[in-house]
Amino acid sequence: MIGVGGFVGLYIFMLAAFAGWIIIGRVPAILHTPLMSGSNFVHGIVVIGGVYVLLNASTRTEQIIGFIAVLLGAGNAAGGFAVTDRMLAMFKTSDAPAPHPKRHHHIKEA
Amino acid sequence: MLHHVPDFLTAIIDLAAAFLLLFGLHRMSSPVTAAAGIVVAGFGMLAAILASFLGIFDVSGTGRHLLFENIGLAVLAIALGGGIAWYAGRKVAMTAMPQMVAIYNGMGGGAAGAIAAVELFGAHASGATALTVTLLGALIGAISFSGSLIAWSKLQEVLKEPLRFPGQHVVNLIAFVVTALLGIYLIVLAAHGGMPQSLIVLFFGLAVVTGIMITLPIGGADMPVIISIYNALTGLAVGLEGYVLGNPALMIAGMVVGAAGLMLTLMMAKAMNRSVANVFFANYGAAPKGPATKMVGSLKPTEASDAAVFMRYAKTVIVVPGYGLAAAQAQQKLWEFVQLLQSYKVNVKFAIHPVAGRMPGQMDVLLAEAGVPYNLIFQLDQINDVFATTDVALVIGANDVVNPAARTDKASPIFGMPILNVDKTKQIYVIKRGTGKGYSGIQNELFYEKNCNMVYGDAAAVLTKMIEAVRGLGKAAA
Repeated sequence: MIGVGGFVGLYIFMLAAFAGWIIIGRVPAILHTPLMSGSNFVHGIVVIGGVYVLLNASTRTEQIIGFIAVLLGAGNAAGGFAVTDRMLAMFKTSDAPAPHPKRHHHIKEA
Repeated sequence: MLHHVPDFLTAIIDLAAAFLLLFGLHRMSSPVTAAAGIVVAGFGMLAAILASFLGIFDVSGTGRHLLFENIGLAVLAIALGGGIAWYAGRKVAMTAMPQMVAIYNGMGGGAAGAIAAVELFGAHASGATALTVTLLGALIGAISFSGSLIAWSKLQEVLKEPLRFPGQHVVNLIAFVVTALLGIYLIVLAAHGGMPQSLIVLFFGLAVVTGIMITLPIGGADMPVIISIYNALTGLAVGLEGYVLGNPALMIAGMVVGAAGLMLTLMMAKAMNRSVANVFFANYGAAPKGPATKMVGSLKPTEASDAAVFMRYAKTVIVVPGYGLAAAQAQQKLWEFVQLLQSYKVNVKFAIHPVAGRMPGQMDVLLAEAGVPYNLIFQLDQINDVFATTDVALVIGANDVVNPAARTDKASPIFGMPILNVDKTKQIYVIKRGTGKGYSGIQNELFYEKNCNMVYGDAAAVLTKMIEAVRGLGKAAA
């Protein structure tokens, strides 16, 4: 791993916080639920920290806790992606013709 | 030189992964690009996870003899945790989304706490700064873990009533302060030799208990705010542990979510007219406030068919759906009815209150699931001026968000909350299960207005009758 400590770390934190604040500020209310689960997915990155400590574990205790870290982190990432992807796939507009055949029967056409 | 290659490769991939996660999140800011955005972020995550296994070339000294075992354990943990969560996420009903997000969030917090635990037990983190950051991340992660689980059990209705007792906030504060003080004590101990493992265990135990205690008294409409706060806190904990591990991808992703979650929390709290401090320290709807307001006028029930025919000949209709619609599983029927009205050239729009559903934006997801295109869905600030020039407002399963008392009645618990201006519409129909009160437990004077008629019954059944009535009309004319 490349070392990031001290003040460089604080700069990264500051810039990342700004980025997060601005990215979310632009999201319309209609997407708030997918966004919450989407940002939830993003902190699932914690799984790679779990992998790091598990690979370096040298005692049973470290192995067990490391295993739990990876287990939970992987759940966060996989679950967060699954629900966000499912929700976002449902958002359609009626402005443009849908590229796929519509699932819902249109009364207009009947 | 050669042994630096995996290190360098990991760093490059992590950099790319951080970019993809941010870019994906950014793409989620518009319904047009959102679906592609999450896929982009997904690839970033996948790349980062695969790259993390390059760390096997970096393991030195004591961990070497367990390396193969550890690789196996890591693969097993990813397959198990990822597999189960993936399956659950694919199966869960859209109405149960808030508690699902709470669970995933708790997992992230728990993972951050577990990483901190390894650092502490193995005495890997050394120096006051590293220890402080580790302990802070541990505290926040553990609180987010147990708090999210309590939030889940409340939304899943495993825990039915908010648990409250006198002096609770003082007790919670003491629990938090004691945990924090123990953390400081641990740092001092570390500087003078080492930390006893028992005290580390106690620290985690206290943090978990604190998370439980803070969340127990919170109930009702405040739950989404709590989930959002824990989402932000988990992000923060992940970022802090990233600092300890010297991993910039963790730091960036964690802190972005920390800030984004805070922003989202504040927006939600504002829409509900609650401050974040209020959510934690004032119990929602706890105390009965003043005498019940005397209602002027009467409730005027009407038939579903009459209401349907009236809407068929209207020019403009705004539908105001609330959680009651989803509880009755009537979104599909509603969309079918709306399409029928559209076929008679009725202009139909949907108006969504920021706190409709159990989570901000959940109503939008539920309508999208039923097939409603998002360009027909409007948010409060976009549509509130349109009600005055609209023929009919159809309120389904919503109550507090259309209660004019929020504007006028200072004694009302919802006073000051922005509401949808349904009362300005020429004709109002309200589909409601019975004569009961709303989520906040207060009467709604809208229902007593002169231009308001009540259609009682299960939303799905009422909408079926409405569809039949308009269809019957069409046949009679033909």
